[in-house]
Amino acid sequence: MNAILVLEQALNGLQFGLMLFLLASGLTLVFGIMDMINLAHGSLYMVGAYLIATLTDVLGNFWLGLGLGILGAAVFGVLLEISILRRLYQRDHLSQVLGTFAIMLMCNETVRLIWGAQPISLNPPPALAGPVELFPGFSYSSYGLFIIGVGFLVAGLLYLLITRTRVGMQVRAGAANREMALAMGVNVRNLFTAVFGVGAALCGIAGGMLGPMLAVQVGMGESILILAFVVIVIGGIGSVRGAFLGALIVGVIDTAGRALIPLLFGMLMSPEAAANAAPAVASIMIYVLMATVLFFRPRGLFPAHG
Amino acid sequence: MLQQSSRFVRNTLITSAALLALSAQAQSTVKVGLLSTLSGPGAGLGVDIRDGFQLAVKLAGGKLGGQNAEVIVADDQASPDVGRQTADRLVKRDKVDFMTGVVFSNVMLAVGAPTFQSQTYYISANAGPSQYAGEQCNPFFFSASYQNDNMHEAAGQVVTDKGFKRVAVIAPNYPAGKDAITGFKRFYKGEVASEALPALNQLNFGTEIAQLRATKPDAVYIFLPGGMGINFIKQFVGAGLSKDMTLFGPGFSGDEDVIKAVGDPMLGMFNTTQWAHDMDNAANKKFVAEFEKEYGRLPTMYAAQGYDAAQLIDSAVRDTKGKLDDKAAVRKALMAAKFNSVRGDFKFNKNQFPIQNYYVRMVSKDAKGRVTNRMLGGAVLKNHSDAYVGSCKMPG
Repeated sequence: MNAILVLEQALNGLQFGLMLFLLASGLTLVFGIMDMINLAHGSLYMVGAYLIATLTDVLGNFWLGLGLGILGAAVFGVLLEISILRRLYQRDHLSQVLGTFAIMLMCNETVRLIWGAQPISLNPPPALAGPVELFPGFSYSSYGLFIIGVGFLVAGLLYLLITRTRVGMQVRAGAANREMALAMGVNVRNLFTAVFGVGAALCGIAGGMLGPMLAVQVGMGESILILAFVVIVIGGIGSVRGAFLGALIVGVIDTAGRALIPLLFGMLMSPEAAANAAPAVASIMIYVLMATVLFFRPRGLFPAHG
Repeated sequence: MLQQSSRFVRNTLITSAALLALSAQAQSTVKVGLLSTLSGPGAGLGVDIRDGFQLAVKLAGGKLGGQNAEVIVADDQASPDVGRQTADRLVKRDKVDFMTGVVFSNVMLAVGAPTFQSQTYYISANAGPSQYAGEQCNPFFFSASYQNDNMHEAAGQVVTDKGFKRVAVIAPNYPAGKDAITGFKRFYKGEVASEALPALNQLNFGTEIAQLRATKPDAVYIFLPGGMGINFIKQFVGAGLSKDMTLFGPGFSGDEDVIKAVGDPMLGMFNTTQWAHDMDNAANKKFVAEFEKEYGRLPTMYAAQGYDAAQLIDSAVRDTKGKLDDKAAVRKALMAAKFNSVRGDFKFNKNQFPIQNYYVRMVSKDAKGRVTNRMLGGAVLKNHSDAYVGSCKMPG
């Protein structure tokens, strides 16, 4: 274990955490403020990634495709909210889960009808395609560093939006006590649509950032949605700060677990037993973490509700 | 009275004639149940099997072995439960003559039981689980594709042939992943620099990539099905490791569907398979040209296997002159495999899995500037069978 390896794994943890944050922030806003379990969140992420991949291909420019794709995802989210999801707010969680699960299935099949069943291509722009040498003897994926940068930027902007603006104040009020916010004259209908639009735009950003690192394919939203749920449960539902720290904790624990547990088990038991046990234990680390957090802090580390 | 009775006779005659016509028509129709994965993340593979199969039927004028063909397409949703139920329906209610199409081995093992029980021949267009090659080999199962270990074995051979001495191996932590590593090691003679078993459907490979950077192998063998492979290759190239280590994979980790999703970063990757779209034989040239014309994309290995499965059924129906109730005759005709396979010549072993050549392909740019596979040189493994045939005690 040398210093370079430790540094690289630290960057990996940070990068994976911020990847998850991009998705979890939108999910926690919708879940915390609107009290709405939205399983279709992953579909917004998928639609965002497909739009960005297609626009990048057509326009020949990643940045243009990214911008328009994020806009497209936000518009799609707003339309979804106005047409269907709005009707689910008053229903119980089971109806919401069933309703948004159905939307998820429909999104998957619609994407397949339009784009076909095979994964499509989305690559980083040429400037960020290769590795960058941070110091002699150590290079890291430049796109990975870019994701870290965007993750911090989005976190900072969300922080400013929520703590320094009037809309942010209403959002916080809505998350803390919805009835009281209503009584104080907040236009909840418009606020919810706006929040959902922002959540969808964040999904679009996540799709654009993660697409060049992951497969852009039907069902890509589901595999990452589970991790996003773990993040917001650990961080505290409704809290963007919780989502940020929860995502970083999950990213670091997952990376460290997968790097260290095989070494640790290798010292404790026979190589064969270690080879069998270590990957299994490493892959459940974050769920163990979630269970531990829920045991000691059932409302998560940074609960939004009072 | 007389009039009435003659009308009765006439009606009876018409009815029986109609019935006869119906049954004659039923006699001359070959029913195939094409059960494949057509929804969810694995759908791309199933769609290619379906398209390859239907292309063969279409080119034969909608017939199989000279008889009218009815292909019943069904979705197994990559789920063993759904697969078993649907297979049950196809063999019992629709009374299909042949079954084919399953992509994934876990689904195959569930579909096998009801199919074999009803004495319906299953022609595999992809899945070749070791169980059916060995102890549980069955007269009603024919693999028109390969046995699951074969490509890993061929990859082990290629890596050894190319003189690589330190190879890192990465495969998901589930049965087929461990089988892949076993198959690879069966033919790879050098040192295994490191072995990583990420969780199935893992997204981020930062840890594995850091380990590769630390252990510095000269080649990496990956068996990462579907999206996992795409994720890994993108991140592997992004981290700049492709300059120092050569990437190897089985055919399905380096096929056209993966190439289409990854693009340029895949250039230079080696992968092993029994078929390549640029193989030089008449049957293959026709298949590739017709496939591109019909669907506007290059065929994958799955499409080629679907096409060959249809050709195998076609040959068996022709040889038995459509008498599909004579199960022994059908089996004999299938066993003979009298058709021009797109992979060139092959024959069936006693476990009804192919004895065939395996080749290596490299991802490169073709004359039109497309990123695609190019076959390199001759066979890596010649007339290769599988490691399980010894434990198969095939009845009859």
